[in-house]
Amino acid sequence: MREIYKVGMADLKVCRAPDGLTTLGLGSCVGVAVRDPVTKVGGLLHVMLPDSRHIKNNLNKCKFADTGIDELVRQVVALGASPERLVAKVAGGAQMFNVQGAPDLVRIGDQNVEACKKRLRELKIPVLSSDTGLNYGRTIVFNPENGELLVRAVGKPEKII
Amino acid sequence: MAKIDLDHLNQEYFDVLREIGNIGTGNATTALAKMLDCKVDMYVPQVKLLEFSEVGNVIGGEELLMVGIYLGVQGEISGSILFMLEISSAQKLIQLLLGCDSDNGHLSEMEESALKEIGNIISASYLNSLSTLTGLSIYPTVPALSVDMAGAILSVPAIVYGTMADKLLMIQTQFFDGLNGYFILAPDLESYEKILSSLGM
Repeated sequence: MREIYKVGMADLKVCRAPDGLTTLGLGSCVGVAVRDPVTKVGGLLHVMLPDSRHIKNNLNKCKFADTGIDELVRQVVALGASPERLVAKVAGGAQMFNVQGAPDLVRIGDQNVEACKKRLRELKIPVLSSDTGLNYGRTIVFNPENGELLVRAVGKPEKII
Repeated sequence: MAKIDLDHLNQEYFDVLREIGNIGTGNATTALAKMLDCKVDMYVPQVKLLEFSEVGNVIGGEELLMVGIYLGVQGEISGSILFMLEISSAQKLIQLLLGCDSDNGHLSEMEESALKEIGNIISASYLNSLSTLTGLSIYPTVPALSVDMAGAILSVPAIVYGTMADKLLMIQTQFFDGLNGYFILAPDLESYEKILSSLGM
């Protein structure tokens, strides 16, 4: 990849191959990568929370699965992706801490993953592969050229999904 | 009652919160140094107002391997506490407490439990001083532990904050000398208001 752009928490970036996208240290947050295999335009979103509707402070669209994915699609389409050809990959959504007496916090990773997959389904964007849940953080690197999503975690071999 | 608006925080609030951090961590480091019988020093606490996109690299890079001990804050205020230790410091703590060397990168149940207890002790002394200062009843929850990338650990208090605001306000203190790590207190927005009000602001 020529240049790899970094996506922060509650943030998204789009690019065109041969550039790439990365987000580092995903915990309970979820990384959603989308790509048009023909124009090789890709985008990466770092979601923190599942649903914008129950929260009053929602100016930052990228914070939520629902509004974030809509914005992600809007931006990749603006860069030349076809909405009909888009495919997605999803990673993250871990449970970092086993906190007693905080069920909301414990489930937030799973809820984020479910919410992302639901919104993608509604937009008819197929999820080709995913690496989610469990109890460890992930760094991901997305290559819009071939659609490979590299997943790196502490003490585990790298894998491409 | 003080009303917190993260987009328009006045300097006086920052100063008061920094002082809370100063007193709290002062007590916490004393407790720690006494128990371990070694010198532990701290920098002046920083009150940080961060965009979420900046949260991950606030302590030396998203991918830095660290031990994170998370405790919730309960009582009249609520929020998150995160005690983050460099791996070498965590190993040193284990050595001091249990008298045995820890296996690189992997913590046994006993070792995890010892580190959680440290988290408990310093959080309790921090919150005790905050409680004395404000007259509010405040105590920590049972600690939880994770050994992972700093960004992934920090995502937990960030997500808690994400439900309230588009920025994270936290009081951060860095330890050094005998022990390298960070103590982060992030009361919820309403709790900041309660703390400041109780101090007559």
